[in-house]
Amino acid sequence: MEMGCHLAREEEFSPDDLEKADEIIKEYRGKPGALIPVLEKVQGVVGYLPESIQRRVARGLDIPLAQVYGVVTFYSFFTMTPRGKHQIRVCLGTACHVKGAQKVVDQLERELKCKVGECTEDGKFGLEAVRCLGCCALAPVMIVDEDVHKELKASRLSKIIKAYE
Amino acid sequence: MGKKLKLADLEKIRERVAKEKEKFKYRALVCGDTGCRASGSLPIKDALKNAVEKAGLNGKVEIVLTGCNGFCSVGPLMTVFPEGVFYQRLEDKDVEEIVESHFGKDRPVERCMHKDPRSGEIFRTISEIPYFTLQHQRVMRAMGKIDPESVDEYIWWDGYAAAAKALIEMKPARIIAEIKESGLRGRGGGGFPTGLKWEFCANSKGDEKYVLCNADEGDPGAFMDRAVMEATPHAVLEGMIVAARAIDSHQGYIYCRAEYPLAVKRLNLAIERAKDYGLLGKDILGSGFDFDVEVYMGAGAFVCGEETALMASIEGRRGNPRPRPPFPAVSGLWKKPTILNNVETYANVPLIIREGGEVCGEIGTEGSKGTKVFAVTGNVNNVGLVEVEMGTRLGKVIFELCGGIPEGKKLKAAQLGGPSGGCIPAEVMDIPIDYEEITKAGAIMGSGGLIVMDEDACMVDMARYFMDFCQDESCGKCTPCRVGTRRMLQILERIRDGEGREGDVELLKDLASIIKDSSLCGLGQTAPNPVLSTIRYFRNEYDAHIRDKTCPAKVCKALITFKVDEEKCTGCRACAQACPVGAISGEKKKPHLIDQELCVKCGTCLQKCKFDAVIVE
Repeated sequence: MEMGCHLAREEEFSPDDLEKADEIIKEYRGKPGALIPVLEKVQGVVGYLPESIQRRVARGLDIPLAQVYGVVTFYSFFTMTPRGKHQIRVCLGTACHVKGAQKVVDQLERELKCKVGECTEDGKFGLEAVRCLGCCALAPVMIVDEDVHKELKASRLSKIIKAYE
Repeated sequence: MGKKLKLADLEKIRERVAKEKEKFKYRALVCGDTGCRASGSLPIKDALKNAVEKAGLNGKVEIVLTGCNGFCSVGPLMTVFPEGVFYQRLEDKDVEEIVESHFGKDRPVERCMHKDPRSGEIFRTISEIPYFTLQHQRVMRAMGKIDPESVDEYIWWDGYAAAAKALIEMKPARIIAEIKESGLRGRGGGGFPTGLKWEFCANSKGDEKYVLCNADEGDPGAFMDRAVMEATPHAVLEGMIVAARAIDSHQGYIYCRAEYPLAVKRLNLAIERAKDYGLLGKDILGSGFDFDVEVYMGAGAFVCGEETALMASIEGRRGNPRPRPPFPAVSGLWKKPTILNNVETYANVPLIIREGGEVCGEIGTEGSKGTKVFAVTGNVNNVGLVEVEMGTRLGKVIFELCGGIPEGKKLKAAQLGGPSGGCIPAEVMDIPIDYEEITKAGAIMGSGGLIVMDEDACMVDMARYFMDFCQDESCGKCTPCRVGTRRMLQILERIRDGEGREGDVELLKDLASIIKDSSLCGLGQTAPNPVLSTIRYFRNEYDAHIRDKTCPAKVCKALITFKVDEEKCTGCRACAQACPVGAISGEKKKPHLIDQELCVKCGTCLQKCKFDAVIVE
């Protein structure tokens, strides 16, 4: 199975994190509809969901790997590649679009020298475009980690990013 | 575990809370909604608390962190009762002055009050501001007025009275009759009569039934459901309890999108509190009726707003829709009879049960009763949530409540209904807000996202934007949607890039009609709407892109060039320094030049120039 460019092995994850992941899986084992909450929580612990982790979830919940892979690739919340240390999520909702969100994305791509869906070379920042964060009154907006930055202008972006370096 | 409440206890709590509130002279409500938080409302609240303590006014001023009151564009905001003095765009320095002058000397601070964006007139209280006075608040009645994390405050505002009435005094058939009488229709987009939906499910045979709440507010530009959950989460739970009683269900799920962490947190907290009080769980209010609710977090898929996809997602599968029938009322979640309504629909229910369906159905139009909440955003002065009576003219919402278009620009169109909706042009602004009238005009009521666009918006670009959204979010199960939206997008992209061909508009219309007729679910069936509505009202813009290779709104990059007007340019270097790609050259105090090869058309120079010397052609 082609699992994207990043083929992670389990050794990349700390034994602690893997143990936590196993506990989550165990807690949900046998419950109907467990897969999505399990993947959400496991991703929260180990950061992303490469093949090795998907196998672990499939084994632990006793469901086919294909089902896990199907769900991971269907929902945009799940990622099979590592995210940046600081994840930048630019809203491309309608209100943000009307207020110039594309210019924000363009400028960030130039500034970070990476495209949407990628990480910077040093892994510090991940750039992501998302559909509507529900902060339409403050458009255009982006979220860095947990912080909402509002009424963005292309010229203000480098200052915002520097604060996270 | 707290004490399990009985019916009489609700009244006691109401009296106790009212008495507690009487002790304070002022009740200061600071908005703690996601939007106002981003504007810095939490530090404002802390500063307020410190200043009140320092001034020794603890016993006089009650400070409450509330949910959204709707007026998001002027946050951080605070309303001070009993008068309802409205302060906006608060900064640290304002807080001390307000504490000293307003709370200390009973002299409200005029400087921080709301000013009309056009006339500059000052409005002192929320009962003077047109943005609030022109609304008819039902769903939003308690929003921004109570602490969302306190069940006591919700009970104080008549909370759980409807649940009590439904569980103790009413038979299921009577509940359904009231909902039908009120004329309530689904507020999530479809507009299906809620009472009828409940009746179908109540009549379905099944040992188990489910009540689902669709909180997967995926329409970009709509955020009323997030605001309702963050401001009055108990109202959603109460609506669900009433629904559960109506169809005899004992388990509910709220499917909330992962992008709304604060809403998920507040819902979970509300469920916990309600359980402590015995308002959820076994034997609610001593009625003998059991009902539990769980929050289920989505994982980022727009199609999961479609009912059958949502259920597939709760079952832990890919969110692929399935053909209907069987309808969920017969075979829904885990193949059991299920009803699914959205957040705003449930939030409408308590009032209908308390006041009666007939009273609630008195306002509105023939086919659309009650009120509707809109999220008004885009190029409009007052951005935020407004709740108006059905039948209100669309233009009234944009110009009278929301203060019209900023910077003296003209309204071009209003987009209603998100990716399933359409663009309604300025000439058609006198249509009433009514499910059928809006559909006739080429849009849909949808969940209530209303995006206002001024003359600088390109309608071809808007159509392309929504098609890009739909093709990206198409689940891929049925061919018309998966392939059709992709083909429509490709055509729109080539029109945008100046490579449109004669006949492209007709081709778009053909594809649109096939996709609408043959797609499996609502996503595909409505995906062509934004394209069709813009062709209907703005055909000249398509023609300009295709025939003249120009973008009249000067948005589409391939069709515009940035130039410097040599006569106006003072050679100040501001544009050259700001240009992200170094495309601007020229000596100081001499006219500059933009290298067209290097220019990425980001528009930074246009923004930076103080002399109007950058022109777009």
